[in-house]
Amino acid sequence: MDFTLNDEQTMIRTMCREFAEEEIKPHAEELDRTGQFPYEIVRKMAALGLLGLPFPEEYGGAGADFLSYCLALEEIGRGDASVGITMEAHTSLGATPFYLFGSEEQKQRYLTPLARGEHLWSFGLTEPNAGSDSGGTETHAEREGDVWRINGSKAFITNAGTEMSGGVTITAVTGRTADGHKAITNFIVPKGTPGYHIGAAYHKMGWKASDTRPLAFEDCLVPDEQRLGDQGDGFRQFMLILDLGRVAISALNVGLAQACFDEAQRYASERRQFGRPIVAFQAISFKLADMAMEIELARLMYYKAAWLHMQGLPFTKEASMAKLFSSETAKRCADQAVQIHGGYGFMDEYPVSRFWRNVKVHEIGEGTSEVQRQIIAKHL
Amino acid sequence: MNIVVCMKETPSITAVKRFTADMRLERRKEDAEINPFDEYALEEGLRQREKHGGEVIALCMGPVTATENIRKALAIGADRGVLVTDPALEGSDAIGTARALAAALQKLGFDLALFGSAAADSYGGVVPAAVAEVLGQPLLSFASKLEIADGRAKIERAAETGYQVAEAAIPALVSVIQTINVPRYPSMKGIMQSKKKPIDTFSLADLGVDATLVGVAGAREKATGSSPVDTQRKGELFSGNDGAADRIVAFLVEQKVL
Repeated sequence: MDFTLNDEQTMIRTMCREFAEEEIKPHAEELDRTGQFPYEIVRKMAALGLLGLPFPEEYGGAGADFLSYCLALEEIGRGDASVGITMEAHTSLGATPFYLFGSEEQKQRYLTPLARGEHLWSFGLTEPNAGSDSGGTETHAEREGDVWRINGSKAFITNAGTEMSGGVTITAVTGRTADGHKAITNFIVPKGTPGYHIGAAYHKMGWKASDTRPLAFEDCLVPDEQRLGDQGDGFRQFMLILDLGRVAISALNVGLAQACFDEAQRYASERRQFGRPIVAFQAISFKLADMAMEIELARLMYYKAAWLHMQGLPFTKEASMAKLFSSETAKRCADQAVQIHGGYGFMDEYPVSRFWRNVKVHEIGEGTSEVQRQIIAKHL
Repeated sequence: MNIVVCMKETPSITAVKRFTADMRLERRKEDAEINPFDEYALEEGLRQREKHGGEVIALCMGPVTATENIRKALAIGADRGVLVTDPALEGSDAIGTARALAAALQKLGFDLALFGSAAADSYGGVVPAAVAEVLGQPLLSFASKLEIADGRAKIERAAETGYQVAEAAIPALVSVIQTINVPRYPSMKGIMQSKKKPIDTFSLADLGVDATLVGVAGAREKATGSSPVDTQRKGELFSGNDGAADRIVAFLVEQKVL
């Protein structure tokens, strides 16, 4: 067993740590306050190849392995969760479906500009009436000769409404399977397609600078060439996309938890009460010890899930374990970071109040904690 | 254009400094990074290559483990690396270092040799001049701007009241200061490609340098002691109503604040 990162993985992690420290963290407070999408940061990331890390060079990517991509996400997420989720949703949910299921022509046409970071892409699965129950998908597509007529709506979609957004890949019901379930097929819908409406951005509790919107499809016609993979293969496709996404989200969770620890440790060393820095009190130092331990465990779990995937082994259960444990770890770390800050932690001048608001959605997005427990239980 | 960037591996600025028994800085692999001043030389090398074409070689004298930092220079954009390493080089002073670097530069051939203005460990700042002296070639030092045209290198050198302009025919050596550019981050593709780029290793024998003129044997400078900087803050407390305000005013006048 070898836990050593290779040279490329180490260099990518170091570079992302420096980038987050110098280019992201100084803007995080302002991004949260204004809710403005971080165009300048995202464009810098695109130029450095951070939006196409795990894809081969022939499709515009950096050719890094999946773990390298996760390491990068951890560091970017440590800088700011909104920037982290923008990168994760674009790469794991937007670009990966083209890489895994696209035809050669679709890869050239869609994946290459996405990996280069020329556009952002979204994945539309969640609907107003189909959250954890993706079987409840109501958006439907009817074939009319060489085109598909799509009607329906999607909710909470990341990256769809920015100036850089190129389009969305959506799930739609295209009939019934032999055993009576809804047959799902995935369709590529570029921005500007008539009948594809991008709604106004939601007002959110956290992740304020990330772009999140409802989408509507009203007699939206897409040619059959914009079908991703086989008809009826949509369910299998998004199950794999979500498994991979959970590992990536775990890395983001660990980054956020680490940011909470960093601030808590610094404050505990600086803040003096009863004539001593508060870190000298066991009540505080034990909190930090617990945080450090849980962060390390959460990190090891996403490393393992990523490693299993890279070995071509099943990783669904481990991905859910990593996602569940890391998001709950981040939640506890955010909570303790605020507690260690005392009254100051409740003030917006300190970043921990932002971390506390951001962390909640980490227990919800890309599969709630309840869904993760369900998946783990099913695999026991 | 053949551009060689001379880079040193130095302990990170934040690392705790320790000394060996013979008063040399203890160098630990985990603290080693590219001398921050040399990052500007590398960036300038890459920008000149973008304008004029050619090749950028990252040249480093140091222990075998310095390969890791040469690799970082390759990830940032250098085309290939050269490590000058030899047990006999250990303990070299600025002149010994200059002899080895000059021999490597001569062997590689160059139009432009770039240096940081100093190294963050010793702050000697004389190596570029010493290399120029050994090679008998011009040095344009402390450049805040560099232009290459018509076979000549022209620099601006920041001075107290404006800047000086200096130029020399190439091949020339140029040392740069931090205002010359903003170093780039390594790109992800750069990192992934860095493994494929070659790093050559030269020993003193490869360079034909006499081992008695470098390292501890050749060092004319010898450190005889070191002591930590006294960082203790000395405060003076003025308290009470007994003329404290007057004493504070007197102190500020003395410090020429008022």
